[in-house]
Amino acid sequence: MDAAAVAAWLREFARLIAENKELLTELDSAIGDADHGTNMDRGMTAVLTALDGAAGTPGALLKRTGMTLVSTVGGASGPLYGTAFLRMATAAGDADSLDAEGFAKVLRAGLDGVVARGKAEIGDKTMIDALTPAVDALDAALADGQPLGEALRAAVRGAEQGREATIPLVARKGRASYLGERSAGHQDPGATSVTMLVAAAAKALGA
Amino acid sequence: MNKLINDPSTVVSDALRGIAAAHSELHVDHENRVVHRADAPVRGKVGLVSGGGSGHEPLHAGFVGPGMLDAACAGEVFTSPVPDQMVAATKAVDGGAGVLHIVKNYTGDVMNFEMAAELAEAETGVSVVSVVTDDDVAVQDSLYTAGRRGVGVTVLVEKIAGAAAEEGRPLAEVADVARKVNANGRSMGVALTSCTVPAAGKPTFDLPDGQMEVGIGIHGEPGRRRVPTAPAAEIAEMLVQPILADLDFTGGDGVIAFVNGMGATPLLELYVMYQEVATLLSKAGVSIARSLVGPYITSLDMAGCSVTLVKADDELLRLWDAPVQTPALRWGR
Repeated sequence: MDAAAVAAWLREFARLIAENKELLTELDSAIGDADHGTNMDRGMTAVLTALDGAAGTPGALLKRTGMTLVSTVGGASGPLYGTAFLRMATAAGDADSLDAEGFAKVLRAGLDGVVARGKAEIGDKTMIDALTPAVDALDAALADGQPLGEALRAAVRGAEQGREATIPLVARKGRASYLGERSAGHQDPGATSVTMLVAAAAKALGA
Repeated sequence: MNKLINDPSTVVSDALRGIAAAHSELHVDHENRVVHRADAPVRGKVGLVSGGGSGHEPLHAGFVGPGMLDAACAGEVFTSPVPDQMVAATKAVDGGAGVLHIVKNYTGDVMNFEMAAELAEAETGVSVVSVVTDDDVAVQDSLYTAGRRGVGVTVLVEKIAGAAAEEGRPLAEVADVARKVNANGRSMGVALTSCTVPAAGKPTFDLPDGQMEVGIGIHGEPGRRRVPTAPAAEIAEMLVQPILADLDFTGGDGVIAFVNGMGATPLLELYVMYQEVATLLSKAGVSIARSLVGPYITSLDMAGCSVTLVKADDELLRLWDAPVQTPALRWGR
């Protein structure tokens, strides 16, 4: 996939965020501070502007996305998504295009970045609860010899299951952790938005 | 939603224009949403930078001025500012003696300030030390939470560390003073209503009449438990007892007792609460050395209050009494 494909992925992600802005904010108001949808939408709108007319490699677009998110989102999502895209950019390097395995490595580098910045573990009720099974499923499907489209759809199923699995969890990171047991019974907003990132990849890159 | 705003998306920038118009002794960098002393940087003085989501006014911009902060970064409502803003603030106030970042313990604030300190040091070589405030006893501090939230003690840290910096003390010492105030401070809050984030347009949580939320933070995040409303004397007990159970406040040179309004509670009620708090402290053998009553770290239009106690010694009391000239705290000369 070339830079145009990566841009299509980011545009689809921005579209999903805008479409689900209220949902994300509503999920956040149950266990956080009611701003996840607004903040992500502000950030991805800025990314759309930054992508306009941008040329270059997949890595350059991912870097520009990361810098834009760090500068516009704020909250915890800014550094987390920003670091994810910056790490993806580093993993993509100077290559003009990525193959399926290359894209899987890029996504895993993003996950590693989120883990490093947020210091969360699986089961803490955060975005990595959805991103980890997605990246694992993508790797497993590619290792199994499935084409990228199939593998990305497996990744989406992994993310969705991980997202649903956050509902009964008691949060141990972020603002939701202040609620203790009362955070159980609510779907994590970060796991929800990162599932959209994976779904956007399947739609834009998996045809 | 009845609010004195033009548009939910311009609330923060409109308010910053108001601050600039009202306070000529402050300079507002509208592009970066940074408020700093007009005379910044002060040569040879440690610069104090704080910041956080908007909606807690007067924290932090209202505490910019001689004897307190050098700069404050304003984020979106209840959203941490971004590293670019903190880097701009750090550069603006670096007088050659280094810069102290005062950060409330919220995941987003801590991560953004962390990135900002790395960037500022890499760009200009300025020394940055960060002190994180985490005084809220409502939150269990364990490996399994994000740690205690930074709430009321932040005001007292900014005042006292600001006085230490004004004396010309070096960065390491100013940071130690800030840490000492935080380590000796504890807070607990209660909400009688939710607050309404302008961009959301409706209350963050649903709190029926006759109910209150005990152990709230400053972002409309729900508290630890919901109980029926009660007389002020009982509410004071619900706030003071967990604080006293967490740290021994007896002895020493007494405490600084701070009863803070959450934004929509009248001063009349805050003084009713202060009286109850003072009575409870007296019964517990805790002497009050200084007091502060008023809305200083708020949560938009939430009704309710928080209580903060800081165990003081001679040094902290002297720094507390030192002159301060900011929009929201102003005494001495």
